[in-house]
Amino acid sequence: MLAIYKKEMRSYFINPIGYVYTGIFLVFSALLACYTTLVSESYDTSNYFTTMIFSFIILIPLLTMRLFAEERKGRTEQLLLTAPVTITGMVMGKYLAALTLYVSTMLISCVNFIPIYAIAAAERAGDATSVAHIGPVTAEIVGSMVAILLLGAAFIAIGTFISSLTENQLSAAVVTIGVLCAMVLLNMLNNITDSEGNQIIGAYAIRAIINWLSVLNRFSNFSYGIFDFAALLYYVSLIVVFIFLTIRVYEKRRWG
Amino acid sequence: MIKIEHLVKNYGSFCAVDDISFSVESGEIVGLLGPNGAGKSTTMNILTGYLSSTSGKASIAGIDILADPLGAKKLIGYLPEQPPLYLDMTVKEYLNFNYELKGCTLDREQHLAEVCEVVKIKDVYNRVIRNLSKGYRQRVGIAQALIGNPKVIIFDEPTVGLDPKQIIEIRNLIRNLGRDHTVILSTHILQEVQAVCDRIVIINKGKIVADEKTENISRAVENNRRFNVKICGPQREVLAMLKSKPGIAYAEVLAERDGDAYTYTIESEYGMDIRKNLFFTLAEKGWAMIGMEALGMSLEDIFITVVDKSDGSDKNARRDARRSSARKTRSNLESDVAGDLYRNAEARRRAAEQEALERNADKTEDDED
Repeated sequence: MLAIYKKEMRSYFINPIGYVYTGIFLVFSALLACYTTLVSESYDTSNYFTTMIFSFIILIPLLTMRLFAEERKGRTEQLLLTAPVTITGMVMGKYLAALTLYVSTMLISCVNFIPIYAIAAAERAGDATSVAHIGPVTAEIVGSMVAILLLGAAFIAIGTFISSLTENQLSAAVVTIGVLCAMVLLNMLNNITDSEGNQIIGAYAIRAIINWLSVLNRFSNFSYGIFDFAALLYYVSLIVVFIFLTIRVYEKRRWG
Repeated sequence: MIKIEHLVKNYGSFCAVDDISFSVESGEIVGLLGPNGAGKSTTMNILTGYLSSTSGKASIAGIDILADPLGAKKLIGYLPEQPPLYLDMTVKEYLNFNYELKGCTLDREQHLAEVCEVVKIKDVYNRVIRNLSKGYRQRVGIAQALIGNPKVIIFDEPTVGLDPKQIIEIRNLIRNLGRDHTVILSTHILQEVQAVCDRIVIINKGKIVADEKTENISRAVENNRRFNVKICGPQREVLAMLKSKPGIAYAEVLAERDGDAYTYTIESEYGMDIRKNLFFTLAEKGWAMIGMEALGMSLEDIFITVVDKSDGSDKNARRDARRSSARKTRSNLESDVAGDLYRNAEARRRAAEQEALERNADKTEDDED
């Protein structure tokens, strides 16, 4: 597993894809931080995180599309599957490599908060008498950070699974974009109203199900700085289910 | 070392491997031979744990590949039909990756240097695989199979796409490997098997149609019954004598003439050596035999005949044999040898089946007890 992990990490950086991903992500998050906080003169970071989730629809497939599709196309999976490595080990090695790249860029993007804290500190110094809290709420930022890491990890698991289904990187990417898009936009269905202001989806039960499934909905508690154990469980189960399915894809092909 | 028992692999309704059983001793080099789509690669893929069999057992050194895949895979080095190379890596990175992947415990620097030495890829060690020629890629693939010094090495068509010099080199390499490894290789090039392997297993349509030691086949091939004989004497009488001589199945005159000597091609009947007899007969008549040349019977012909035989129904084959023997044509020679091989394989299979049946019967009896 370690060998595969190392190989995947290396291949992110001997191919342009690793640089493209980190580059685009860091530039985008920096711009996003500028517009949502500095330009609009607000300490509220929730817009920053929510918009970032939308960017994952495009960015996560970059990380995951080649994981298995490329191996399959180059027939190199035969090497991995005949080596003394379990299928679980192989899938985990690849998944963890994508996850590592994702988490590390995410952590690097935390530098975006430095100017906000700096400005807040300056403002507090100028207005020492104020009783109200000035500056971003650290609990909210930490909560959102944890949630977004979990959400990204779940998205990567989904992308990994889709990559294992095809040998064409492009179709893996397109399908992943479609699926992630659907997942992110799901709870918008609940908010669609007709001209008289009535909700199109009237049935409460359906709305509840959509809410339950929605990845964005789960995110909201974290962004208030609340540690939502149910949401944690939801993300972790998404990860486990899709990793498991990926393993099954390989098991099944062996028997096919 | 390797044991395959009643292996069956179905892809949907298509049966790629149909009840194959054979075993390979330690240190043996076995060639799997067969036309395209015969089931060679499938057999190898099952043996290496890449595919699962529909039924049957495959084990390496007593370790069942399904029961303990990791343990069995540790003993195998495998070069698939298309070498599994990461084109964006250098040879060095690739071999190091394999070293780690296989959990090798030998001294890294020394072992990799040895492997590179064996397959002669030292001069491309730091180059990116994408830029290597087909021959070098193949060698890197072989190097990959050798890493970790596995007991069993499996090559799927190792010399495809190489130039003649490289082919000879690779063959020598395989023969050297056979000294302390067990090697299975598949090919459809016959000289290769003849040159390299100790044993030949011919597969057609998922069935074993022949399984013989190479020396046996070579002996059958060499045990030549077709000669070009140069005899001084009146052409018509000599020919008439040859044709009427018991033990000679076929005779004809070639258009070569050397003084008063003509060249005749003769073929003896199956299982008879008529050379001595012929010599004395000619001596009696006073016709000098000034040359005798054994004509080779190619392995190719035997192979084709074996495969044809297994393709057609037995009835067909028998009818063909009768017709050809009636015509006293030359083709029945290969047919005989091939028939022997095929019959041997058949008999062995039947014996194995019988044995399995008996074992089962015993078992049920035991159960009943």
